[in-house]
Amino acid sequence: MILEGECVKLGNDVDTDVILPGRYLTITDFHELGRHALEGLMPGFSEVAGRGVVVVAGLNFGCGSSREHAALALKHAGVRAAVAESFARIFYRNAFNVGLPAVECEGIHGAVESGDRLTIDLHRGLVKNQRTSMELRFNPIPSFMLAMLEEGGLIPYLKRRLAGEHPRPERS
Amino acid sequence: MNIFERILARASGLREVAAGDYVTAKVDLAMFHDLTGPLTINAFKEIGVEKVWDPEKIVVVFDHLVPANTMETAELHKQVRSFVKQQDIKHFYDVGRGGICHQVVVENGHVKPGDLVVGADSHTCTYGAVGAFATGVGSTDMAAALATGELWFKVPAAIKVEAKGAFKKYVSAKDLILKVIGELTADGASYKGLEFRGDAVQRMSVDGRMTLCNMAVEAGAKAGLVPPDEVTAKYLGLTGFDPRLLGDGDDSYERVLHVDVGELQPQVAVPPRVDDVKPVSEAKGVPVDQVFIGSCTNGRIEDLRVAAEIMRGGKVHKDVRVIVIPASNKVFLQALNEGLIKTFTEAGAVVANPNCGPCLGGHMGLLASGETCLSTSNRNFIGRMGSSKARIYLASPATAAATALEGQIADPTEFGG
Repeated sequence: MILEGECVKLGNDVDTDVILPGRYLTITDFHELGRHALEGLMPGFSEVAGRGVVVVAGLNFGCGSSREHAALALKHAGVRAAVAESFARIFYRNAFNVGLPAVECEGIHGAVESGDRLTIDLHRGLVKNQRTSMELRFNPIPSFMLAMLEEGGLIPYLKRRLAGEHPRPERS
Repeated sequence: MNIFERILARASGLREVAAGDYVTAKVDLAMFHDLTGPLTINAFKEIGVEKVWDPEKIVVVFDHLVPANTMETAELHKQVRSFVKQQDIKHFYDVGRGGICHQVVVENGHVKPGDLVVGADSHTCTYGAVGAFATGVGSTDMAAALATGELWFKVPAAIKVEAKGAFKKYVSAKDLILKVIGELTADGASYKGLEFRGDAVQRMSVDGRMTLCNMAVEAGAKAGLVPPDEVTAKYLGLTGFDPRLLGDGDDSYERVLHVDVGELQPQVAVPPRVDDVKPVSEAKGVPVDQVFIGSCTNGRIEDLRVAAEIMRGGKVHKDVRVIVIPASNKVFLQALNEGLIKTFTEAGAVVANPNCGPCLGGHMGLLASGETCLSTSNRNFIGRMGSSKARIYLASPATAAATALEGQIADPTEFGG
């Protein structure tokens, strides 16, 4: 999977309450959720994201609540991938589960600026900044998680697994 | 193996696992609530499995927006109720029957030492207080767990907190966990298990242990855990538990943190960071508009007792509104029987039905711009309790009660005692 998008750069410890505030948790329309993504931190984010963006963050992106609404809001706003120095673990799982690639990449935060065009090769573990030609490597994503992304998330992946088309991941 | 590895090895049917491994493990219990439920149910329906894996091993609690605050919420509640009925889920705590999910799960004995539990709420790690490996997941993971009874897990390395000594009066588990988070930082335990040991923890009740484990996630931890002992067994009414769970004493830790609680002062987390922790003496005098005593962190009977002890006979400062929310109906009843509700009400606090309302900015006490709240809950993120221009200090129930009377952040150790 190769993804491309314009970089929107955020800071450290961007929490799920900021990504999607608690008052929107009763919204079940995913596109409506997307309109509120990051609105407190970056008013107008969803309009920018609609062009297809890669969110780049510092440490601990997505810390806080288990609300999947946060990952869904980003995805449906138009975010193609989230790349961060590190992720909070529940958000990280949620992102894969809803089909939003989350890439942990050391050094990314200092290597990009908002507006840069980024290319991410998920299989090769490579992020490229097209403006500077700088390439950064990241630890490969386990194959069952890549398979999940390729299916569009945990639910379609699980449907095929239950139909016998994917093995049950025992241990890796 | 450490205790987290032992539990995951058992649950995944493997003899040994090591930190960093990915395993598929069977869960002993799955919990979701009114806010994460609707997405869970939608995802479950999409999988196409007709029935949940085990209707006895699922707990559903209404606690985030109860009673329903809007028509949208009412519709979501209706949807979850209908799913519970259709799937014949045995443990359903509707409005007025339970309280805050984490309190309800532990006090009703739904988890036991060594269990592997997933909950569609980040503070599911609270159940580590009774020796369970309990971790928060999102709604889609929850749907997968409901359909198959299992999930994949990355095995965590462990960090040990060794707490020794005796707490001073009006210093408690909340001050210890705030101190620990301050030391570890908000992502210092990411992807790790946080294990609490030492004589100070052994002397702590399950109430205090729940406060410790509840906030493990605020340092990024996957789970918090107190190894089970006689206190655990007595609380749960067990005669014992599998000794293999405790291992043979050679657990390895990635890091060990030592705290002498005898030297601990009351602590506060200064907005907007949960890891910006200071002794309360350094925040004394900050005027507050609201004090909130409650939440899954600190709405238990011990918390209410200490707050009432400080507030008894006193009056809430005229410029402050105080909201007290017992964590469950059982806690509410006990507080009623002990006269604590009367104490709070006479002092000028409002006491609400068990629910999560103010903590997540849901209802029952949202903050306006420019306002300051001192809360016994677990997060002071920007916008968490309402306006993104409000400020939230986190502290213990004792500090909250002292602050309620003073109208400004106050040190409880200077009250009575």
